[in-house]
Amino acid sequence: MAQSQGWVRRYAKAFCKGFFVAVPVAVTFLDRVACVARVEGASMQPSLNPGGSQSSDVVLLNHWKVRNFEVQRGDIVSLVSPKNPEQKIIKRVIALEGDIVKTMGHKNRYVKVPRGHIWVEGDHHGHSFDSNSFGPVSLGLLHAHATHILWPPERWQKLESVLPPERLPVQREED
Amino acid sequence: MSFMKLKAISALLTVINFINNNKKSGQWWQSRHRTMLRGVLAKTFRLVGYTIQYGCIAHCAFEYVGGVVMCSGPSMEPTIQNSDIVFAENLSRHFYGIQRGDIVIAKSPSDPKSNICKRVIGLEGDKILTNSPSDFFKSHSYVPTGHVWLEGDNLQNSTDSRYYGPIPYGLIRGRIFFKIWPLSDFGFLRDSPNGHRFSDD
Repeated sequence: MAQSQGWVRRYAKAFCKGFFVAVPVAVTFLDRVACVARVEGASMQPSLNPGGSQSSDVVLLNHWKVRNFEVQRGDIVSLVSPKNPEQKIIKRVIALEGDIVKTMGHKNRYVKVPRGHIWVEGDHHGHSFDSNSFGPVSLGLLHAHATHILWPPERWQKLESVLPPERLPVQREED
Repeated sequence: MSFMKLKAISALLTVINFINNNKKSGQWWQSRHRTMLRGVLAKTFRLVGYTIQYGCIAHCAFEYVGGVVMCSGPSMEPTIQNSDIVFAENLSRHFYGIQRGDIVIAKSPSDPKSNICKRVIGLEGDKILTNSPSDFFKSHSYVPTGHVWLEGDNLQNSTDSRYYGPIPYGLIRGRIFFKIWPLSDFGFLRDSPNGHRFSDD
């Protein structure tokens, strides 16, 4: 009896120890290095979810790459939605701070992106809730950089950072 | 005869034992080096493991529970003076429990690497008085969905939502509720001295 109690206690102790190591390490890894997420909606067609509602892609989100809030024009990034903080959105970066962009359906025809902000748009124009409706977004809302499609397996690929030529900024910030 | 037999067997056993021992531990110097190396390696691994473990625990604590923060700048005077040390908690951000009148830490909208410390004046849908004191006419605006309106307590010397507009809720990092230093002011933080800035509803 005493022996079995000792065994139980030892087991519980080992379990607690493993628990307190594994959970913080896993949470930190998912917060700081990388995580995976399922993409919902048609706003990034044809880059993501080309099949419409039948298929939804799973992407790898790299947090480590954007730890200093450095993004390039054309990158696909995920952000906290400025309209609903519980939701994350995935969009393509069109312009960085200081650029002047020609908008599509925004209240102003041309917008200069303010300091610390970026202009993001979905690839599927007209079916995307993006900067054309809520304006430039603060870099502080940046969540991660989507680098690969992981699932479905036949769509496994690296996500290229391409800027549609017709969406080049009208005037770039001089480097 | 039997005596000889026994002797032979014992000699054989000794030889076998000797060989076995040598197989197990190698030469005496080799074994000693190996144990030393093993000790150093084990120590290094243990140190790295503990560093990672406690780093991760610290990250989780600062990200989800809260931490001690030092505030600088004049924008929250007289509630928080320059270089006061306060306690901030992040739970109410995760559970969306931020209310009007709370003092929050948020990422600056124009520079994501710096933080600002302001008081929440209005939540989404609230009607806010946006004119500066020098303006004669009153002007109002509504806080859009998913945004909050932040203002410093020191209205004359504060860069806040009156200057850069409402900020998204996602920029809020935590809520400040307890002052630790200076000791003369130890305790929960006071209400806003600018009560008239709050909307009625």
